[in-house]
Amino acid sequence: MSKPTDTASASEEIHVVHIHRDDFGSKMGMWLFLFTEILLFGGLFILYAGYRFIHPDGFAAAAAELDVLMGAINTVVLLTSSLTVVLAIVALQKNNKKLCFFFLWVTIACGLLFLLNKYFEYSAKFHHGIYPKGPALQDMSEGEVLYFGLYFVMTGLHGLHIIVGLAFIGVVMWQIKKDLITSTNFQKLENSGLYWHLVDIIWIFLFPLLYLIH
Amino acid sequence: MSTDNNNHSAEGEDEGHIAVAHHPSYGTNILVWIGLLSLTSITVAVAGINLGSLALTVALIIATVKSFFVMNFFMHVKFDNKVLKIFIGVCLLIFIIVLILTFFDLTFRY
Repeated sequence: MSKPTDTASASEEIHVVHIHRDDFGSKMGMWLFLFTEILLFGGLFILYAGYRFIHPDGFAAAAAELDVLMGAINTVVLLTSSLTVVLAIVALQKNNKKLCFFFLWVTIACGLLFLLNKYFEYSAKFHHGIYPKGPALQDMSEGEVLYFGLYFVMTGLHGLHIIVGLAFIGVVMWQIKKDLITSTNFQKLENSGLYWHLVDIIWIFLFPLLYLIH
Repeated sequence: MSTDNNNHSAEGEDEGHIAVAHHPSYGTNILVWIGLLSLTSITVAVAGINLGSLALTVALIIATVKSFFVMNFFMHVKFDNKVLKIFIGVCLLIFIIVLILTFFDLTFRY
């Protein structure tokens, strides 16, 4: 990873030496990592499916506690952030660094807005005594308790992924600024985009499964 | 469309392992985004109607269609080579197999 910079800074003569670069390998590596992410969340989705199958009424009753509007707003926010990441890639490919930065800043703003909404949602739940081992859960049925357990684990893990994705995009922005990522060498930006889109896809499934049960 | 893709992959091979920009421009991505927003509003609207047992199926179909668009356009899978597509397909297949096997167990047990 540090090889190109070392060679570039060492001297101009070394610059002609062929620098090993494998964008496809880089992309494939990113996808292999994403597969492990799919299977990580996949396990939770299977757990969700199993418990919902056993406790359909408990899940429906518990899901009624969630604010559909908040979930819908967060869905729109994440979809928009996915769009801005892909537009940032287009902008960089067109060598428009300024526009690329604009789109990436919008993405970061969307990610933070998502986390802010999640904070308000979690606060409302905590306020009503709904949290793991919370007082409100004592009077609930087994299905409802399982639902809230899954709700906090799945949205919590997803929220962590948003934070990691934001950090990833932040590092990539710094590298674009330093011209380590350019219009002809953009795979790292693309990889950060892949990660961000995967997190978006997970939310695409979480939203109807957690918020829209009737 | 398919010849277009072949051209793209051929270009990629000529360039060796260095990625070249051949992704759709701003317009296509914005159209996909509008489509995704429409599908989101459809999901929310449909959830309000009492469809009974069909509700979950409809919600999952819409979510799958949305993911398909995100993967193909935003994640550029549509413009990627065959090996990557097969890898992704195998990964999703493994997930679906495990899901189906889980339900074999559940339906016979409960």
